[in-house]
Amino acid sequence: MGKGGTGRPASIVYAVRVDKIGRRAQLIRVIRAFLAVVIALIFLIPVFWMGTTAFKSRADVVSVPPKIFFKPTLEGFVNLLTERSVLTQALLEAARQRTDLKWYERIALNQGQEIMGLSEYVHRLRNSLIVATGSTVAAVTLGLLAGYAFSRFNVPGKADLLFFILSTRMLPAVVVTIPIFLMYRALGLHDTHLGLILLYTVFNLSLSVWLLKGFIDEIPREYEEAALVDGYTRFQAFRKVVLPQALTGIATTTVFCLIFAWNEYAFALMLTTEKARTAPPSIPAVLGRGGIEWAAIAAGSLGFLIPVMIVTFALRRYLLRGVTFGAIRQ
Amino acid sequence: MHNMGTVQRREVPFHPRRQLSDDALWRLFIFPTLALLIAMNIFPLFYSLYLSFTDYSAIARKPPVWVGLQNYRSILNDKQLWVYFATTGRYALFSVTLEMVIGFGLAMLLRERFKGSGVITTLILIPMMLSPVVVGLFWKLIYNPSFGIFNYLLGFSDPSKAPDWLANPKLALWAVVIVDVWMWSPFVMLLCLSGLNAIPEYLYEAAVIDRASPWFQFWRITLPQVAPLLLIAVLFRTIEAFKAFDLVMGLTGGGPGDATELIAVNLYRQAFLGQWRTGRSSALAYIILVIIIGVSNVYIRYLNKLRGEG
Repeated sequence: MGKGGTGRPASIVYAVRVDKIGRRAQLIRVIRAFLAVVIALIFLIPVFWMGTTAFKSRADVVSVPPKIFFKPTLEGFVNLLTERSVLTQALLEAARQRTDLKWYERIALNQGQEIMGLSEYVHRLRNSLIVATGSTVAAVTLGLLAGYAFSRFNVPGKADLLFFILSTRMLPAVVVTIPIFLMYRALGLHDTHLGLILLYTVFNLSLSVWLLKGFIDEIPREYEEAALVDGYTRFQAFRKVVLPQALTGIATTTVFCLIFAWNEYAFALMLTTEKARTAPPSIPAVLGRGGIEWAAIAAGSLGFLIPVMIVTFALRRYLLRGVTFGAIRQ
Repeated sequence: MHNMGTVQRREVPFHPRRQLSDDALWRLFIFPTLALLIAMNIFPLFYSLYLSFTDYSAIARKPPVWVGLQNYRSILNDKQLWVYFATTGRYALFSVTLEMVIGFGLAMLLRERFKGSGVITTLILIPMMLSPVVVGLFWKLIYNPSFGIFNYLLGFSDPSKAPDWLANPKLALWAVVIVDVWMWSPFVMLLCLSGLNAIPEYLYEAAVIDRASPWFQFWRITLPQVAPLLLIAVLFRTIEAFKAFDLVMGLTGGGPGDATELIAVNLYRQAFLGQWRTGRSSALAYIILVIIIGVSNVYIRYLNKLRGEG
């Protein structure tokens, strides 16, 4: 900017003008940054509210006006993770005499209850974990193989095949749910882990194939050709040369598949009942049961949300790239 | 598989059998994916098309009976269903418009990098990573008229005078729209950001030399360049709105009354709850599919036009 102070009036005027513009631009930048921070905070209020509600006691949850500062407790989590029964007065007195109570047992006891064992939520979270992991591994593996083949070989009708794969995702779930429900019932896949894993794998495959093909396209073919010249077989070249290079792409794809499978609600609601039911469809069901335990619900939602948040934050660079990438290609 | 010793053979540049094994390899790599997609998509699609012409009910113990176009006729004559379609349309219009404005605005704010802008961008993205049904559920708490934070932040300090967003038929749809906008504006922002970053710098440099005002630069350079991505966002979000199901189920379940009964929610009710009208709901599903394809085609045609000019 105004580097040369030669003393000539014209250039001084020029320098002053540049300075003025520079200062204005600076001010605009600060205002912009400030606005962005404010909006980000507004976006985070609901998440913050849920996070704090999970640690509130019953009285604090329903306090009017809403409490920002409160004494944190793990009551909500204990209520969420355990099945409890109400104690009679005599049994309660007897239980209070005991000295070997664990802290979570004491929380239940304070409410006049006794812990019977783990709650359904634990079981459903386990189902979620099995289904999400299984389908993600399957979708990424199949997607990687197909993506590699589409990227490197002259597959006849390649464009049509790729479009077909993409089109499977355009179908609204509502259209295919009914026949899949009937099909699953006939095949005995209803309310099984395998059924959900298959379905989520299929649903994620289009994205997985397209994303991974794009990432593999960017790896120079020369690497493999060199390996082939060195006497590797195609498969060895794929495993030892392409695979390590494609790790970023694999990470991105994994996150997307995982988030979908972890959050999916509609299929899980319609295709499972008890044994294989995942966490999302069981969360609203909690509401229906008599008195609403908001702290427990918030704790459940939080427990369900934290893994996704960690993954999102850890892989944010790849994620930003993957989202825009997929969108532009489509 | 192979003995690793073969790696040493440097002097074999050409494999006579490589072509063949390549062919086998890509078949092996692509086949499982295609088989799975065909099995899980083609069959359900045709089967539900067939069912839409029958009176089948999944809990009745009798085979489907062909009834021709009767399901379609009864749906198209059902006034109540048109109300649900209209609600879905309004929901799509409100939420998509707001998402475009907010998402684009945010992208403009975050366009030039500053200290911490990366972290802010990631934090704003959190809502779209969440499960819609969980989001619906905890917003229920936020909207609660007596101890929810939403009314409180809007300035209603007296709970008895504050609106009950989810119980008031006039406000309930807006309540769902607000949550949808909260969840998906970040997605629009992300698309816009990538569009903004792709605008070549020389366009602005040329404009500065021509002394074009910032306003002019915005209307003549920024907006036209981002327009295709904005349109993609509109397309995605509109399609999603017609399928909207989990957020509404978590938040209102279609109520109060039928104020937020979107068409996909109604479809679920007809297909699975109480009624189990499998044939009729298959027909409704197909009508929704036709609408989605129709809407997408209009957008895509417009998008291609935009790209052709750009």
